[in-house]
Amino acid sequence: MSRFYFKQPSVIPGFGLTFGYTVFYLSLIVLVPLSALFFKTTNLGWAEFWRIVSDPRVVASYRLTFGASLTGALINAVFGFAVAWTLVRYTFPGKKIIDAMIDLPFALPTAVSGIALTAIYAPNGWIGQYLEPLGIKAAFSPLGVTIALTFIGLPFVVRTLQPALEDLDSAVEEAAASLGASRIQTFARIILPTVLPALLTGFALAFARALGEYGSVVFISGNMPMQTEITALLIITKLEQFDYPGATAIAMVMLVASFAILLFINLLQWWSSHRYRAGA
Amino acid sequence: MAGTVALRKQPLPDVTSPVGAQKPWIKWLLVSLTLGFLTLFLFVPLTAVFTEALRKGIAAYFASFNDPAALAAIKLTLITAAIAVPLNLVFGLAAAWAIAKFNFVGRNLLITLIDLPFAVSPVISGLIYVLLFGLQGWLGPWLAEHDLKVIFAVPGIVLATIFVTFPFVARELIPLMQEQGSEEEQAALVLGANGWQTFWRVTLPNVKWALLYGVILCNARAMGEFGAVSVVSGHIRGQTNTIPLHVEILYNEYNFVAAFAVASLLAILALLTLAAKSLVEWQVRRQAAETLEPTAAED
Repeated sequence: MSRFYFKQPSVIPGFGLTFGYTVFYLSLIVLVPLSALFFKTTNLGWAEFWRIVSDPRVVASYRLTFGASLTGALINAVFGFAVAWTLVRYTFPGKKIIDAMIDLPFALPTAVSGIALTAIYAPNGWIGQYLEPLGIKAAFSPLGVTIALTFIGLPFVVRTLQPALEDLDSAVEEAAASLGASRIQTFARIILPTVLPALLTGFALAFARALGEYGSVVFISGNMPMQTEITALLIITKLEQFDYPGATAIAMVMLVASFAILLFINLLQWWSSHRYRAGA
Repeated sequence: MAGTVALRKQPLPDVTSPVGAQKPWIKWLLVSLTLGFLTLFLFVPLTAVFTEALRKGIAAYFASFNDPAALAAIKLTLITAAIAVPLNLVFGLAAAWAIAKFNFVGRNLLITLIDLPFAVSPVISGLIYVLLFGLQGWLGPWLAEHDLKVIFAVPGIVLATIFVTFPFVARELIPLMQEQGSEEEQAALVLGANGWQTFWRVTLPNVKWALLYGVILCNARAMGEFGAVSVVSGHIRGQTNTIPLHVEILYNEYNFVAAFAVASLLAILALLTLAAKSLVEWQVRRQAAETLEPTAAED
C-alpha cells in the first residue's frame, strides 16, 4: 500500500462524474465570482485601498456594525441559553410549537422582518409608543440596529446548544449534587464547561450572520451617515453611485472579517471534538 | 398509531431527575423568561405583519394583489426559485455522492468550500456578480457587445439566488450519507444492479426526507432573498422586482397596507416552511425508530 491514491479504490461507480460536476459547479457559481472580488481589490493598490477603508464614514459604519452585532450575539448567548435550557429540561403546554418557531428568523425573509420590526419599534408602534415617553428611541437609532441583529441571530445559539444540553448525562449532575455541590456550583463547574464549545459556536455563528446582515436592518436603522449606517448598506450606497472600487474595498474588509470568524468556528469544533480525547 | 409508539422510543430529557425537580420556582422563572423573550422577538413581529396588512380591512388586503407590478413580482420569484432550486438539488446530490461514498484527498476542504456562501454577506454575494458581469466588470464589455444583459436583469437575479441557496441541499445530505456509509450500495452492486439502479432504488429512498428538508429550506431562501437580489436587480418595477424587492418599494412609498399584504405572503411561506420542517423531522425520527425496533413500530 505504498502507492499514493488521490481517491481510495472503491467498487462504487460515479466518482468521476459527481466529483467533476461538484468542482465545476462550485467553481462556476462560487469560486470564480469570489475571486473576482480579490482580483478587483488587488487592482486598487494598497494606498487607494487604505484610503477607502479608513474613511471616517466607513470606520463609523464598522463601529456600528461590529458593536451592534456583538451586543446582539451576547443577548442571544444569555437568553438563547435560557431558551435552550427550558426547551430541553422542562415540559409545558405549547412547547412543540415554540420549539418549531425558534427557526422563524431563518425562514422569514429579511425584508419582512425588517418592516415588521420597524412597525413595532417606530415611535407610534406597539412597543415604540411606550419607549418614546421614556426618552428611548428604538427605531432609527443604533438600538434599532441591535434589535434587528438580535432577531436574526436568535436561532443560532438555541439550535447549537439544544443537542449539547440533551447529551448532558444527568448522572454527573446527580453525582455532583450528592457530593454536596449546590445547584449553582453544579451549573458553573459541570454544565457550563461541558456545553461551552456549543455556546461559543452559537455565539460566533450569530455574530458572523449579524456582521453581514442587510435586509432586516435597513428599514429600522434610518441609515444616517456616521450614525446609523451599517457597512453592508455602505457597499450598496457606493454601488448605486457607481463607485465600484469603493464598494469592492469595503466588501473585502467584510469578507476577511467573516472568514476570520469562520476559521474561529472551525477551530472551536476541532477543540470540542479533541479536548477529551487525550484523557479517554 | 405507529407515530406515537415510535415517538415514545425517543430518549426523553430526564425531567424527573431529583436534581432538576428540586426547585419549582427555577422552572417557573426560566419558562416565563423564555416565553417573554420569544414573544418579544418572534411572536410580536409575526403578528405585526398580519395586523398591519389587515389594518384597512380584508378588501384593502386583497386589493393589494390586484396590481400588475405585484403579480409580475410573484411571477419572477416563482421563476427564480424554479431555476435555482433544481440546479442546487442536482448539485447537492452529486456533491453528497462524491463526498460521502468515496475517500479522497481534500474532502474536508471541499465541504468547507461548499459552505462558503453561508459565510458571505448577501450584499457581497450580489456584488461579486456585478464585478463579473457589470459594465465595468470582467465580462461586461463582451456582454454589451453581444447585447446580453445579466446585471439589472433576470439572469443576474437567478445567479445571485443560486449563490445564496447553494449549500442548502448539499449540507443536509452530506452528513446523513456519510453516516449511512456505502454497505447497502456495495451489496446492490454485488447483486448485479448498475450505478443508476443503485442510486434510484437504494440511496435515494434512504435520504428522501433529508433531501426534501434541504429542498424546503433552499426554496424558502430562494423566494425570500433580499440583499443579494437587491444589488443585482436594478429595481425595475414589473420587470426585475421579486416579492421582497416589491415589498421594499411599497414600504418606501409609504404604501404600508400593500407592503405588509405582500409581505404576509412571504410570512405564510415561512410558516409553511416551519410546518414542513417539523413534519420532516418527525418522519426522520419515526424512520430512525423503525430501523431500531421494527416490530414495535409496526404495531
